[in-house]
Amino acid sequence: MRKLNFVCILTDFFCLLKTFGISLKCLATVMSNWKIRDLLSLGLLGLRHSRGVLTKYSSAGQTVSAAASVSSPQLQPNDAAEKILNLPLEKPDFFRVAELFSLKDLFDARVHLGHKKGCRHRLMEPYLYGCRLDQDIFDLDQTVEHLQRALNFTAHIAYRGGIILFVSRRRQFGHLVESTAKDCGEYAHTRYWQGGLLTNANIQYGPGVRLPDLIIFLSTLNNVFQQHVGVRDAAKMNIPTVGVVDSNCNPCLVTYPVPGNDDTPVAMELYCRLFKMTINRAKDKRRQVELLYGLNAPSPSNS
Amino acid sequence: MSVIEEITDWAGSQEDILWKVVQNYVNVGGWTSVVTSVPAANMAAARVCSVVPVLLKCGNYSFSVNVETAKLSKQVLCRSISQNSALCRKNLAAAGPEKFTAEFIQKQIEEFNIGKRHLANIMGEDPENFSQEDIDRSIAYLFPSGLFEKKARPLMKHPDEIFPMQRAVQWGKDRRPFHFLFYTGKQSYYSLMHELYGKMLNIEKHQDRLRSKGLFSKDGHKISLGMSRWLTKEELEALLVENISTHDYNRFIQIMERLLSMPYCNIEEEFVLRFRHLLQTQSRHQMVSALQKDENGVAFSSAEGCRKTSHSTVVLRDCGSGRLSVNGQDSLLYFPVLQDREQLMFPMQFTGTLGRFDLECTVSGGGRSSQAGALRLAISRALLSFLSPSEREMMRQAGLLTPDPRVRERKKPGQEGARRKFTWKKR
Repeated sequence: MRKLNFVCILTDFFCLLKTFGISLKCLATVMSNWKIRDLLSLGLLGLRHSRGVLTKYSSAGQTVSAAASVSSPQLQPNDAAEKILNLPLEKPDFFRVAELFSLKDLFDARVHLGHKKGCRHRLMEPYLYGCRLDQDIFDLDQTVEHLQRALNFTAHIAYRGGIILFVSRRRQFGHLVESTAKDCGEYAHTRYWQGGLLTNANIQYGPGVRLPDLIIFLSTLNNVFQQHVGVRDAAKMNIPTVGVVDSNCNPCLVTYPVPGNDDTPVAMELYCRLFKMTINRAKDKRRQVELLYGLNAPSPSNS
Repeated sequence: MSVIEEITDWAGSQEDILWKVVQNYVNVGGWTSVVTSVPAANMAAARVCSVVPVLLKCGNYSFSVNVETAKLSKQVLCRSISQNSALCRKNLAAAGPEKFTAEFIQKQIEEFNIGKRHLANIMGEDPENFSQEDIDRSIAYLFPSGLFEKKARPLMKHPDEIFPMQRAVQWGKDRRPFHFLFYTGKQSYYSLMHELYGKMLNIEKHQDRLRSKGLFSKDGHKISLGMSRWLTKEELEALLVENISTHDYNRFIQIMERLLSMPYCNIEEEFVLRFRHLLQTQSRHQMVSALQKDENGVAFSSAEGCRKTSHSTVVLRDCGSGRLSVNGQDSLLYFPVLQDREQLMFPMQFTGTLGRFDLECTVSGGGRSSQAGALRLAISRALLSFLSPSEREMMRQAGLLTPDPRVRERKKPGQEGARRKFTWKKR
C-alpha cells in the first residue's frame, strides 16, 4: 500500500512540477530549507500521510546553502489573520456607514448647491438634479449613494491599516482638514503640492517610503480653478481616490466621486465629521476584532 | 578612506582577507593605481574567488616568481574590474552631508562621558562634578595651542553640540510616517503654521467671548516685547531641523506680526516669545565704578581706559586740590604739549569740577597722543560715580565715555602701506 501511494504521489508531483516549470534542483534546495507541514499547507500534495515520503526525497536532494532562508509560516496565525481581513467582506455595509448621515443632513448642510450654470462641467451633468435661477442643484439621491460607497471604501481601507491622505487646496478649510486628519490619526496635505511628491517619492522623502493607500480630496480643484495635480498623480500611481466633486470639477479620474458642494463651511464640516467618524469606527472595529481573535485563536467568534 | 578599505567594507568578511592578500601581492609589484568601485557584488566576488586562488597557489614560490605572478594578476585584475577613480569620487560628492545614525551618536555620547571621567582623574579632580568649564580649562592646560582661530584649537564638547541635529527615520515598523504632515515635505514648518493658525483662532474666540459679555476694547492687552528681535532664518532652521526658503520665512514673520497686532494676544504670549531672541541691553554707560572711601574719609574712585595701544588707570580723589600726577611725574613734565594736557582737563572742565579732584594716573604703551586719549577716557569713567544721572547722560552725549575704536590698519601685500599703492607706471 505504501509503495503504491509513493508511486502515485511522485507521479502527481512530477506532473505538477512540469506544469509549473519548476526544475527539480531548485525545488530540492527550497525543500531542504522548508518544513514538511509548510509544503503541505501550500497544497503541493493534498495527502497528509505522505510525510515519510517527503523526508526521504528531501534528504536525497542536494543540500545547497540557499541564498535566503525562507521563514516558516505557521498555520494558526495565518488563519487568524485571514479571518480578520475577510470578516468585513461578509456583509455589504459591515461598518454601517449608511446610519451616519441622512438625506436631510445633506440638505441642511447645503450639499445640494452647486455653482452657476456657466461654470458647469459637461461630465457633471448626470449628477445634477436640475438648475434653479441659473444655479445647479445636485441630485441628493445619487449623492447619498456615492457618499455611502465612498465612506464604506474608506472604512475598509482604515480597517486594513492603510494610509489615508486628506488633500484640499482651499485656504478657507485648510486648518479644518488638517485637524480632522490629526484627530483620525491619518495624514493631510493642504499646502503647495510639489511636483514629484507621489511620482518621485523615493527621492523626495527617502528610500523605502510608503505611499498613501487612499487619497481623499475634499476639493478637487486648486487655487487657480484647475484640477489638482494629486488626482492625476494618484491615477498614475494606482492609488484609489475619493473626491468631493463640485459642478465645475472633472469627475473622470476620481475612483469614488461624491457629487456635492465643496464651498460652504457647513458642507465641509459635515464631510470632515463623516470621514473622521468612519475612520475612527473602522479602527476601533479592527482593534476589537484583533482582541477577539487574539483570545479565541482556533474558533472565530461573532463580533 | 582608501579605496581598498571601501571595497573590503562593502565586500564582507569573507572577501576582505582575500583582498588583503591581493593587496600584498599587488604592492610587491609596485602597482599603485588601484581598482576602485565595483559595480555588481556577485560578479566581482566571483571574479575575486577565481583570481585569488591563483595567487594563493603561487604564494609558495620564490620572490621573483611572485613578482611575475603579481604582474599577471595585475593584468587579470585590470581586465576584470576596470573603473575610473573619478567616477567613485563623483558618487561620494552626490551623496550629500554625512548622515549620523542614532547608534553612532549614542556611542559618541558614551565615549564623551568616559573621557570626561578620565580627564577628571588626570587633573586630580572629582569625576562626578566635572563641568564643561572644567573640561575647557583642563584641555587648554593639557594641550596648549598658540593658534589664533579659537575654533581650530583642541576642543572637547558634548556630541550634541558638535554633530548637527539630524532627522531620524520618519516612519515606524509598519512604515507609517510618525508626523501627520509628513507627505507635505516640510512637516515641521507646516505644523508650525498650523499651530500658529490655531492660536489665532483661539484669540478670535476669546475676543468673541469678551464681546458677548461686552468687555471688548480695541486696545486690549498686547504682548510686551521688550528688547527682543525675531529669530533669524538660520536660527529657525536650527529650531525646526529643516530647510526653510526665504519666502516661507518671510511669510512666517508676516503672520506672527499679524498675530501681535490682534488685541488680547497676551493669551498666546509664551508661544510668541519662543520665537523671539532677547537682545543684549546696551547699557555700557551704566557700568559705574563704585565710590570707595579711604582711611581719611576721602571719597575716591578708580577707572581704566585705553586708546590704540595705550592702557591707563586713574584714581580720582575728592580732595579739592586739583593736582595731576602721571606715572609719578607732574603732568606738565610728562605732557609738554598743550594739546595733551587739554585732553586731560576736558572731562572735568565739561562737568565744571576742575579744581575739585586729585588725580593719580598711570599710563603705559602707545605714543603721546594715544596716552592722553586713554587717560581722558579713564578720567571720564572715574568721574561717573560722582555725578548725577542727567550729568552722566550729558557726558555720554558729549562722547567722553565712548572708547575710540580706531586702531592702526595693517599693511596689505601688493601695496606700499595700508592704503598707499605702489607708484603706477604706464609701461
